[in-house]
Amino acid sequence: MAKVVGAVMVAGGGVAGMQAALDLANAGYYVYMVEKSLAIGGRMAQLDKTFPTNDCSMCIISPKLVEVGRHINVELLTLTDILAIDGSEGDFKVRVRKNPRYIDMSKCIACGECTKKCPVKVGNDYNELLDTRKAVYVQYAQAVPLKYGIDAEKCLKLTKGRCGSCEKLCPAKAIDYTQKAEEAVLNVGSVILAPGFTPFGPRGLETYRYADSPGVMTALEFERLLGATGPTMGHVVRTSDHKEPKAIAFLQCVGSRDVNRADNGYCSSVCCMYAIKEAIIAKEHAKYDLQVTIFYMDIRSFGKDFERYYEKAKAKGIRFVRSRIHTIQPLADGGLRFHYVTDHGRSATEDFDMAVLSHGLTITAETVKMARQFGLAMDHYNFAKTSSFSPVALSRPGIYACGVFTGPKDIPSSVMEASAAAAAASSKLASARGTLARTVTVPPPVDITGEPPRVGVFICHCGINIASVVDIDKVVEFAKTLPFVEYASNTMFACSQDNQEQMVKLIKEYRLNRIVVSACSPRTHEPLFMETLAEAGLNKYLFEMANIRNHNSWVHAGNPVEATRKAMDMTEMAVAKAALLAPLTENVIDVDPTALVIGGGVAGLNTALALSSQGYKSVVVEKEGRTGGNANRLMSTAKDENVAQYLAGLQAKVEADPNISVVLNAEVDQVSGFVGNFETTLTNGDLVKHGVTIIATGAKEHRPEEYLYGQHPRVLTHLEMDEKFKAGDAEVAEAGAFVFIQCVGSRETGRLYCSKVCCTHTVHSAVTLKKKNPKARIFVLYRDIRTYGQREDIYKEARDLGVIFVRYEPERKPRVSQTGGKLAVEVHDPVSGRDLIINPDFLVLASAIVSGRENALGMKYKVPLDEDGWFFEAHQKLRPVDFATDGMFMAGLCHYPKPLDEVVAQAQAAAARAVTVLTQPKMTVGGIVAEINHDKCSGCGVCAAVCPYSAINLDPAKAGKAVVNEAMCKGCGTCAASCRSDAPALRGFTNAGLFAQIAAAL
Amino acid sequence: MSDFEPRIVAFFCNWCTYGAADLAGVSRLDYPPNFRVVRLPCTGRLNPKYIIEAFKRGADGVWVSGCHPGDCHYIAGNYHARRKFVLLHHMIEAVGVEPGRLHFSWISSAEATKFQEVAREVVEKVRASGPNQSFRKAELDLGLAEVA
Repeated sequence: MAKVVGAVMVAGGGVAGMQAALDLANAGYYVYMVEKSLAIGGRMAQLDKTFPTNDCSMCIISPKLVEVGRHINVELLTLTDILAIDGSEGDFKVRVRKNPRYIDMSKCIACGECTKKCPVKVGNDYNELLDTRKAVYVQYAQAVPLKYGIDAEKCLKLTKGRCGSCEKLCPAKAIDYTQKAEEAVLNVGSVILAPGFTPFGPRGLETYRYADSPGVMTALEFERLLGATGPTMGHVVRTSDHKEPKAIAFLQCVGSRDVNRADNGYCSSVCCMYAIKEAIIAKEHAKYDLQVTIFYMDIRSFGKDFERYYEKAKAKGIRFVRSRIHTIQPLADGGLRFHYVTDHGRSATEDFDMAVLSHGLTITAETVKMARQFGLAMDHYNFAKTSSFSPVALSRPGIYACGVFTGPKDIPSSVMEASAAAAAASSKLASARGTLARTVTVPPPVDITGEPPRVGVFICHCGINIASVVDIDKVVEFAKTLPFVEYASNTMFACSQDNQEQMVKLIKEYRLNRIVVSACSPRTHEPLFMETLAEAGLNKYLFEMANIRNHNSWVHAGNPVEATRKAMDMTEMAVAKAALLAPLTENVIDVDPTALVIGGGVAGLNTALALSSQGYKSVVVEKEGRTGGNANRLMSTAKDENVAQYLAGLQAKVEADPNISVVLNAEVDQVSGFVGNFETTLTNGDLVKHGVTIIATGAKEHRPEEYLYGQHPRVLTHLEMDEKFKAGDAEVAEAGAFVFIQCVGSRETGRLYCSKVCCTHTVHSAVTLKKKNPKARIFVLYRDIRTYGQREDIYKEARDLGVIFVRYEPERKPRVSQTGGKLAVEVHDPVSGRDLIINPDFLVLASAIVSGRENALGMKYKVPLDEDGWFFEAHQKLRPVDFATDGMFMAGLCHYPKPLDEVVAQAQAAAARAVTVLTQPKMTVGGIVAEINHDKCSGCGVCAAVCPYSAINLDPAKAGKAVVNEAMCKGCGTCAASCRSDAPALRGFTNAGLFAQIAAAL
Repeated sequence: MSDFEPRIVAFFCNWCTYGAADLAGVSRLDYPPNFRVVRLPCTGRLNPKYIIEAFKRGADGVWVSGCHPGDCHYIAGNYHARRKFVLLHHMIEAVGVEPGRLHFSWISSAEATKFQEVAREVVEKVRASGPNQSFRKAELDLGLAEVA
């Protein structure tokens, strides 16, 4: 490559685009983030909650929005379209058009005065048109950038030359009707497209009566109805008459898995889960016994913790009915009469007050046009074409994708792909890394030694989340009376970008040297505020939060008086502690730019290769005598790609790569150290020094204990069948009848999860067999077919080829017997009500994927596993490849079962996340760690004995007194609580501070 | 005594029970507003003196809650806390604090419903113990109380 530019363009500011932008920016690349609307956030900003944790969606993306908005290496271009991409990988010239906002962003203070007199009411797209906004508006309350904009198509001034009231009202003189679109050419090394999706519009499907019945809404509309910031503030009512529904029905697969009317044959992957989520939340919001029914074809709860969520929903009384509704008849009272055929073939009629259409995800016409124009290959559903082995690379070199653009997927998969896209998009740009990135210049912290505490207190409304319960003004007035408080005020959203800027100003103006924010949880928002302190030149540890939302307004909504009193107490406790806080120093340590990758399967090898493309060395340790793991046994992917060929190529690349060394027949023996400086001894005696660790230990195929497995030579698992396919087994080729049994060992007590890959594997094997021998009789005995995304195509193909699918109920599992070597499978067909007996030549068991239960390894690196033995990520939605422990990442099946393309994506993602650590030559540690007062220490050694990290030693050079290794101390404080002389103190959690909090609490 | 509202000081570890309380908030699980939370990195940080201090200052109850055994973010801090707690429980009984005033629980960050249940239970048990006067009295007998 002639020229390599160290910048990347990320198009689309949804959660995927944001993650890709942040990973690139944190790895030393300059990022242009292009967003066509007024603000970033995408679809996730519209969601009320996220499955399966029911985390509040806005709460978890808000910190990301702010991080993107304030990142020194992310240039945010809102209202911008991409016109053309010229050039080639390494050196693209991207022509963009920046459309006018008609508001000067540098002047707008987001006060909202402009909206007051605006006479134009427009459907509010953020609330799915359930209410209205003005022609001058802000996309949503927490928007980044938090700047207003004018809707040029609706504004009277811009369309007819009349009005102009906003210009008159704006106190900042920010309105500028004369702004014009501007074109620019940006030079970047690669491009990531994350244009997202638009939900399927059900207007054209008359069956559902969406167009003419107000009781019928889409799931996204319903999501907004559930949202605290939605049109009814979370109150579930029929929008037409504001009546509370007694019975709601969800209709699955609207615009998905439907080739007859919607032309979308694919499964949208997320609708089953979001319907369950909305059902659970709706029941929680209703103060009465709301009846919720979900009409479905197959429940596809295939992700991590999804099956438990589904079971939880059933336990909460949500009813699941397997049927596709054929007629909805509106009733005079606004209700709806459903006509459907039950699973047993009988006609049924049932009335509901509301219907929610679980509409699928589709690619917009605009995205299709863009993809064509940029010369990108697309599949017949208009998703961008990718290979399973390079899941984020598009057909044109240098252009990558993440999120729904390549196929319907949920948030964690999108985030994983986003990090993968960051890795792939920078793989050819390593030589230019850091050339365009700017470095953060945090002002040196002001020395506050000797100054009396001057506490600033900020009380957050959190929109209405806090303010609707707590009397904010009263808390502010109270805060002003507390000792050392110099300044106290309220704020609509403490976390918003404009408030951060405001805080910096106020800290300087009032010379504040301690900050208290009474808002939400420090677990999510403390880092954000600490960064703001640093920007203001204040040591970031001079900060304390009071959690008056999660621990107060949200749980005492019925008791505003006590909630206000509690908020006052909590603020007082925080102020009392804050006044005693001391600035803490952080130490700089070297980062060893090497990775240890544990596991040499497809995940581990891909991680190592992706790290190598950025110039980092890896040691891959594999316990077997060969690399490749489970892929050694697989025949092909769902897209018919040959796995053996791929694996051979991958192994050859790894072998030829000077940055990668593979250690076979070895495992991790002993571990010491921490992020930046791990030391791992392998069982072969090798000592590896590494800065990051990637766990990619894979998983195993479950060995069934039923269905005559192990007792009959023709009862096989999937991997055993694949080996026969690969060997061209003559018996298989000649066989006339096959039975596949699904969910063998999955989705049952003790293993309450879906193994995700088995349905697709079975359907693919069935199709392969049918193509070879069309006369073969093939039966698939299943519970729900879960061929999610575009995989649905091969399920349809299997049915078209004559594969027979028979559902069984878990209470009536198939029975397998043999007489004289001949297999017999007996299954009860719930549709016909009959027992079928099939005599297959081969019985294939879609047996579960089980974790290796690597508890010992987890203990060594201090990372957790969940109850099924999968490694537990830092956050199920937004940090799917990180551990909570710094410098630790994961990839592949050790996280959860997944198909090969998702394994590769996660491996690349792990590399991208690891690079954000490895790229720092030095990193800071310390802060909240223990220190020993040697005047009090008698050298008894209790602290050293209780320290779980061996971070304390008795130092002969210090007269046998205790000393703390700050880099190894994790700040638990056990030493401080165990010393009889109070010699150890945990910085940030000192005795004095905690006593002050206790006193303030009472 | 019917309108007696107990005042309780709670010590939660940041990683588990504090997280459960966060999640209880997200899930809008109602519970009585009678306790005030001191956030600690780990229950291992809990010096028994803090519990004594809370009672001394007139708390009607104290609630300590951390990670489940085996789940400690810092490997073993909660085991240390448990040992101290068992000893302290015997000790405070000896100085006249009813056992119903001091509570210890394990609640993981995913157990919002359990958090709600335990919160209600703790408040009810402390309420049943009535206002905390005995500890103050015991202190006076021993001549330990501060001069007001």
